[in-house]
Order: sequence, then structure tokens, then C-alpha cells
Amino acid sequence: MTATSTAGAASSSPWHFWAYFTAHRHQDLSWLWDHVWLSALPVVIGLAIALPLGWLASRYKWIYPPMLSLMGLLYTIPSIALFVIIPPLLGLKALDPIQVPIALTVYSVALLVRVVADGLGSVPEDVLQAATAMGFGRVQRLVKVELPIAVPVIAAGLRVATVSNVSIVAVAGTIGLANLGQLFTTGFQLSTPTAYYPPIVLGIVLCVALALAFDGVIVTANRLLTPWRRAVQGR
Amino acid sequence: MIGNVFGWLTTAAHWRGGNGMTAIGTQIQAHVTYSFVAVAIALAIALPLGLFMGHTGRLPFLVSAANTLRALPTVGVLILLTVMIAPNFHGRTDFGYLIPTEIVLVLIAIPPILSNTYAGVQNVDGVVRDAASAMGMTGSQVLLQVELPNSLPLIFSGLRSASLQVIATATIASYLPLGGLGRFIYDGLAQQDFPQMIGGGVLVALLALLTDSVLAFIQRHVVSRGVSGRFSKKAMTAGGPAAADIVQAEVAAV
Repeated sequence: MTATSTAGAASSSPWHFWAYFTAHRHQDLSWLWDHVWLSALPVVIGLAIALPLGWLASRYKWIYPPMLSLMGLLYTIPSIALFVIIPPLLGLKALDPIQVPIALTVYSVALLVRVVADGLGSVPEDVLQAATAMGFGRVQRLVKVELPIAVPVIAAGLRVATVSNVSIVAVAGTIGLANLGQLFTTGFQLSTPTAYYPPIVLGIVLCVALALAFDGVIVTANRLLTPWRRAVQGR
Repeated sequence: MIGNVFGWLTTAAHWRGGNGMTAIGTQIQAHVTYSFVAVAIALAIALPLGLFMGHTGRLPFLVSAANTLRALPTVGVLILLTVMIAPNFHGRTDFGYLIPTEIVLVLIAIPPILSNTYAGVQNVDGVVRDAASAMGMTGSQVLLQVELPNSLPLIFSGLRSASLQVIATATIASYLPLGGLGRFIYDGLAQQDFPQMIGGGVLVALLALLTDSVLAFIQRHVVSRGVSGRFSKKAMTAGGPAAADIVQAEVAAV
């Protein structure tokens, strides 16, 4: 926490967060980068795990209720509790930087399994029959017909997962792990006699900007992957 | 490490308190109080508003406005409000920390309750609504006797997800000098007493699971069987985990 020692930007006005950023650019950019990969990577890994699990739950109906109950149970555990419980369960040190991405991957899987299962389950029966009649095999039908049709539902789940991840990663800052949450703890520590706003406001601005950027990427990818939806709307 | 955590949790002195450590029971009580007050306020605001919006179809933009609140980092908002409000309170009072915490908790609890109530009323089958009007029910009778009971499953899942998020965030309030189960996490961290830190995490997780079970139990007894589909041959997944329906409502909102 090098920034604690230097309150470089002299003004404590909330609107001088940009001056604070330029004064501590090196540190802030490093926290921003930590925040980016900590929020994004777990969603990517989570989707990779959730796709087969969600497929199983939609393919075999008896798996659906227990699988969804288990995922709901995992999602029920508050983030900060999961952060501190994971290391002893996996035999890590009590404060290991890897505990945050692991916890966030757990959340992403818990959220996305449901979305994938429901997305695949929402594919109309006649579409499946048409695909089979056209000679698609099981795997080919899944990859070329069912998954593309499920893309909008999965994308909606991805948006929820990434946006909430950005907020949860900041929570990990309060237990001393490096990310944009450090801006909040720094600001809090610098505010002891009188309020010192710039790092706090900068942290909120960067977090919201990051969440919006991730959201924009997913919305754009969704549009590019489902050109037929625009064709129907344009009619 | 797991044995140490278990040892910490089962030491009677930790539940009684003393020796510079507050009792676990006291902190559970504080945690539940903060959370309950916030959820009650949020419910008092969001439930009538959501019912009104769903019934009249007015102000639908409030749902998306409430959902954009989720992009805000809760820790950041909590600390910002604390830094603004806390210096105005002096002496032996917690209000400087309590007020910003409750504001943030209420802000977190409103979006899920509001969007699920709105979606619940909107999703009531038009045929059912028409039948109620045809039987001579007035607008408010349709709302309270038909639309409200029919939307209870979604309202409950909104309430459950709101409660879980409030319990999770109330933990972070202990980062400010405030009570609650997060006290053990942050004190354990500061004292490098990891069994205490992890034990606190276990208690928070248990509180969340217990709260969700209690709300699920209430839901089972409040929601009409005809609506939930319980005991019907077509088994539905209603009454399932709260997380499930968050996505459902949000997917609908996108």
C-alpha cells in the first residue's frame, strides 16, 4: 500500500479524482489491471465448466433439480465468507491471491449452470426435429443449432456474472488483496481527520467504467453471434 | 487449520465474550438487526412501488434504473457515504457508521424486490386478470386478491436474493468500526488469528443459509398450492434456490 504515504493530489474535493489518478498512475493502473483479470477470468473459466454441467442438466431431466439446488446453495454463501473459507479447504495459506479467482469461479459456475441449462432447454422442439431431419448428428446439432439459439440467454447470464464480479472483487480489497478495492481502503485511511475523497471517487468511477466496458463487450458479442435476431426485428 | 477453526467455533468463551473479544452471540444479534432493518425498509419501499408499476404498467424505466445500481461497487459507496456522514457525529455513538451502512443495505435490497415484484405482476396471465374483472372485482381487488397472490413466488425469490445480498454486505460493514459477524473476519485478519477469521466466515455462511431456509419455509406456507404447483403431478422447480430466480428475472429485464 504505497499510496497511503503520499497524498500527492493536495485537494480533497471529490472532483479532483483525476488529479489523484495522474499523481498515482503507476499504482492505479496496476490495481486496474488486477481488477480486470480478477473479474473476467473467473467468468471465462466458469462458462467453460458450466457448459457441460448445464448441458447435462438440460439433457437428463432428473439431474436438473439436484444440480440447481447445489448451485443455489453455493451462490447463497456471501463473498467475503467464501474468500476466507476457501484457503483452509484447499490447503492454501490463509491469505493467498488465488483465493479470490477461485471464489469468483465458484459464483460464476453457480450462476451460469442454470442459465446454460435453461437456454438449451428453451430451444423449440420443432427446431430440434428439423435439425435431426436435415441429418445433424447429436454433437453437430448441439454445437450448430442448440448453442447458437441459447446464446442470448447465456449472454444475459454472463452480463449479470461479470457486473457482479466487478463489485465483489472490490470487496477482496478490504482484506488486503491488490485490486481497485485498495483505492477505497486507502481513501478510508486518509480520511481520519477530515474526508479525503479523490481515491474513493476514483475507485467508484473506475469500477463502474469497467463494469460498463465488460457489459458492452458481451452485448456486442451477443449481437455478432446472433445476426438472425436483427433480421427478424428489421422486418 | 480446519481443526483450529472448529476449535475456535466450539470454545465456550468465544460465545460468552470477554478478554477484548465480543461474544459471538452479540455479533450475530447485531448482524441480524442491521440486515432485518434494511430489508424491512426496502420491502416497505419496493413492494408497493413494484405492485403499482406492475398493475398500471407505469414507470417501467425504474426497473432498469434500479438494475443499473448493481454496477456500483458496494464497498466504494459504503466508504464514500461513511466518509461523508461519519465526521458529523461525535462522542460515543455508532450512528456515523450505522446510517451509511443502512443506506447502502437498503440500496442493495431494493432492485431485486422491485424488479421481481414488477415482473411477477406483469407475468400474471391476462386471462386470469380478465376473469377477475368480469366477476366484478375493482382495480384494487384485482391487484390484492389476484395479482399479488399469483406473483408471490417471484416476490419471494426477490426477497430472498435481497436478504442474501444484505447479509453479505452487512459483513463488510465491520470493516468500518461496526459490529456484526464481519468483526471476527477483520479482527482475525488484523491479529493474524486465522482460526477466528475463518470461523467468522463460516458463521456468515451459516447465517446466510439459515436465513434462506427460513424464507423458503415461509414461502412454502404463504404461497398458494395452486400457484406454486406443489403436489401437482407436473413437478415444477418453484421454491428452489433463490439464486436461480435472480437470473430468471434479470434475463427477462435485459
